[in-house]
Amino acid sequence: MLDTREIQTVAHDVIVIGAGGAGLRAAIQCADQGLNTAVLTKSLLGKAHTVMAEGGIAAALGNVDARDNWQVHFRDTMRGGKFLNDWRMAELHARHAPERVQELEDWGAVFDRTPKGLISQRNFGGHRYPRLAHVGDRTGLELIRTLQDRLVHSDAHVHMECTALEILIEGSKVAGVAAYWRETGRFVVFRAPAVILATGGGGRAWRVTSNSWEYTGDGYALAYGAGAELMDMEFTQFHPTGMVWPPSVRGILVTEGVRGDGGVLLNNKGERFMFNYIPEKFAPETADSVEEATRWLDGDKNARRPPELLTRDVVARSILAEVRAGRGSPHGGVFLDIASRRPAELIKRKLPSMYHQFKELADVDITKEPMEIGPTLHYFMGGVRVDSETQQSRVPGLFACGECAAGMHGANRLGGNSLSDLVVFGALAGDGAMAYVRGLGQPPAPSDATVRSAFQRATDILNRESGPNPYLVHEQLQEVMNDFVGIVRNAEDLSRGIEEIEKLKTSAEQVKAHGASQYNPGWDEALSLRSLLITAEAVARAGLMREESRGAHYRVDFEGERDEWLPFNIVIRRAKDGRMDVEKVRRGEAPAELAAIAYAKIEDLEAGRVAAPAQGA
Amino acid sequence: MAMRHFRVWRGNATGGGFQDYQVDVDTGMVVLDVLHRIQAHQAPDMAIRWNCKAGKCGSCSMELNGQPKLACMTRMSVYPEDATITVQPLKTFPVIKDLVTDVSWNYEQNKRIPPFKPKPVDPDGRRRMYQEDVDRVQEFRKCIECFLCQDVCHVLRDRDRKDRFVGPRFMIRLASLEMHPLDAGDRIEQVQKDFGSGLCNITKCCTDVCPEHIKITDNGIIPLKERVVDRAYDPVMKLARALFGRK
Repeated sequence: MLDTREIQTVAHDVIVIGAGGAGLRAAIQCADQGLNTAVLTKSLLGKAHTVMAEGGIAAALGNVDARDNWQVHFRDTMRGGKFLNDWRMAELHARHAPERVQELEDWGAVFDRTPKGLISQRNFGGHRYPRLAHVGDRTGLELIRTLQDRLVHSDAHVHMECTALEILIEGSKVAGVAAYWRETGRFVVFRAPAVILATGGGGRAWRVTSNSWEYTGDGYALAYGAGAELMDMEFTQFHPTGMVWPPSVRGILVTEGVRGDGGVLLNNKGERFMFNYIPEKFAPETADSVEEATRWLDGDKNARRPPELLTRDVVARSILAEVRAGRGSPHGGVFLDIASRRPAELIKRKLPSMYHQFKELADVDITKEPMEIGPTLHYFMGGVRVDSETQQSRVPGLFACGECAAGMHGANRLGGNSLSDLVVFGALAGDGAMAYVRGLGQPPAPSDATVRSAFQRATDILNRESGPNPYLVHEQLQEVMNDFVGIVRNAEDLSRGIEEIEKLKTSAEQVKAHGASQYNPGWDEALSLRSLLITAEAVARAGLMREESRGAHYRVDFEGERDEWLPFNIVIRRAKDGRMDVEKVRRGEAPAELAAIAYAKIEDLEAGRVAAPAQGA
Repeated sequence: MAMRHFRVWRGNATGGGFQDYQVDVDTGMVVLDVLHRIQAHQAPDMAIRWNCKAGKCGSCSMELNGQPKLACMTRMSVYPEDATITVQPLKTFPVIKDLVTDVSWNYEQNKRIPPFKPKPVDPDGRRRMYQEDVDRVQEFRKCIECFLCQDVCHVLRDRDRKDRFVGPRFMIRLASLEMHPLDAGDRIEQVQKDFGSGLCNITKCCTDVCPEHIKITDNGIIPLKERVVDRAYDPVMKLARALFGRK
């Protein structure tokens, strides 16, 4: 038996798990207000998946088109999310984003500029106006580096290459985190009354994904294990444009900025097929001819947006339909062409990473030839169910923000709304944790028994004689999710997926990691299986329950949005017997003044014929 | 699919050596794919640091046939079909295990650099800078902190003067602050005294290995050295500074 007295113990006021945009922003908020703050990251500082965000950060600054404001941004977000978004979160996001972007500039970020020297903004799918502040196609890196440099000059501690295993709960409240140092393989107990989860999504459960190594759904599993609820897990976004060739790079993201800057989608007959897939709802705001789309690209403010910039779910499914109809590219995608639309120099300046990515990984010169692209699992709209103001889960002291929290994006996320989500709700989660810690008396101390059981499971993986290979169990899960829980779903596939996941859970219980605990990727892999499987099961079970097609969740056996489903979220929690409990839970009523904006005709909103709610936020 | 021969350094701080692996390689694979395949089937505890696998995070830095490279951006097709690929950890930093090194020294250097200090906002409360003025700073800010430049720098690698020189990565960091149109800080004296700009003898090896193609020496280090020299040897400026402060 483990002797808990030998385990290193470190005390903080708040632990932020995850060092992406949301985690760093939350940590800055806490540290600036004097909390003893620590960031735990599985990787080195500055390597988080946020660095892969390319297109930009959405905020209604109105620098490029003065007609933009938070209400239009809010309306776009609600429509993109198919009105399933948490109303208050979508409002807070649209209201706070401009301030958070300006703050990044105050901290040294260098965004691309307008001719007048202000922060430039680019067009993106689902956003009515040019709204994305950006740095070429490496906006995420700029965000991370800015926050990282800000954080290292604060008093916050950064514990690098440190993996959280469990949230320690004492008497229903957060008491700390059980973790291990990858470098030595040694266990550590962090005592802290507040924990902010900022762990991102769980795309690594799929074979074709744009997500990095870390994206194993750790936050979902940690929250679930601690007694918190997950919500909207059925909404997984497939980004329409991932690389498809060569096989080893399949899934790597191709920024939506390519389309924002004029790129078009073509099938193998050279047809611009997106004109055939414009949903009725978006028809009034979408160009219906190549001629109009071209005028829009040339800056004609009266022209409507090209159909390539429809929301990601629409574009992803249209690509899939073209491929299934036999009109795909040689490697099972379609073509994305910017070469014939823009001069080579402009492409290299606006999309430098894309240029290098294709040149170096696929031998394709995107200034001369079209790219081959196809859908890739990209983002989780669902996640930990939190209070919209404080970001606290139902477990006192446990907070979540960024991709691992639910609510903000509803059934689908608009491009560019992720980076703004990170900084807006990162800061709010920091405030929430701050208020909680200040209001708490004596912080609860984790008991020896809790600590011991957290570490026992981890050591068992190394100590058992034999067992399945964790790498292969992970590969099997990825096949299951790609085959049965993909872009287009039905009850039969989802049920089959759940059966397969159940079998894999049994294998995962018995996996064996070889070697010692020091920097052992096989052990890391084995430990992440639990997170991946909880994530996968939650997506499949919620997907099976939601019998409609809304946003990113598409059921061929239940086509179209169903009004009877709009008032409900699907909420997941761990039952007493350990099984996954899935429940249809009624949403709160829409605040009337917000509903008026979201459902307003755009002409009315822009003409000021919709009453603006008080500036309470 | 073709069978390829890999020699991978395995070990830790107490020692180690090369181990041989025969592995099937598919069309289009990069070196990191091959290492993952070895890991999944032959060496489950082989330590590799990696994250994005798309050349954006700078985690999988290692030495491939003696060249500092990102394993995720090095295609197998760049090597002759019968070539053995030798894979080693970065030499300039202490080994933790196998291909993973302790790069924490780099993080300590970043902490020593005085942070961005914003100038006051314009009268209308906004900040303005022009694209032509931010282009060169944006070049430096492309850095993904892979530390390949630190690995190849003679001052750090061969002479081990980590006590005197922060290395090309942090010269670039300093340049990105010093040339930032909205920065009001002054780090020029420190560039030489504390951060060791004089030790760089501009062999440009750092520029050659930069996966982001940043012209580290020409656009970053040389202009910084020039600023140091201007400052030190310009008596008029020295007097002006004594009287009026900087700039």
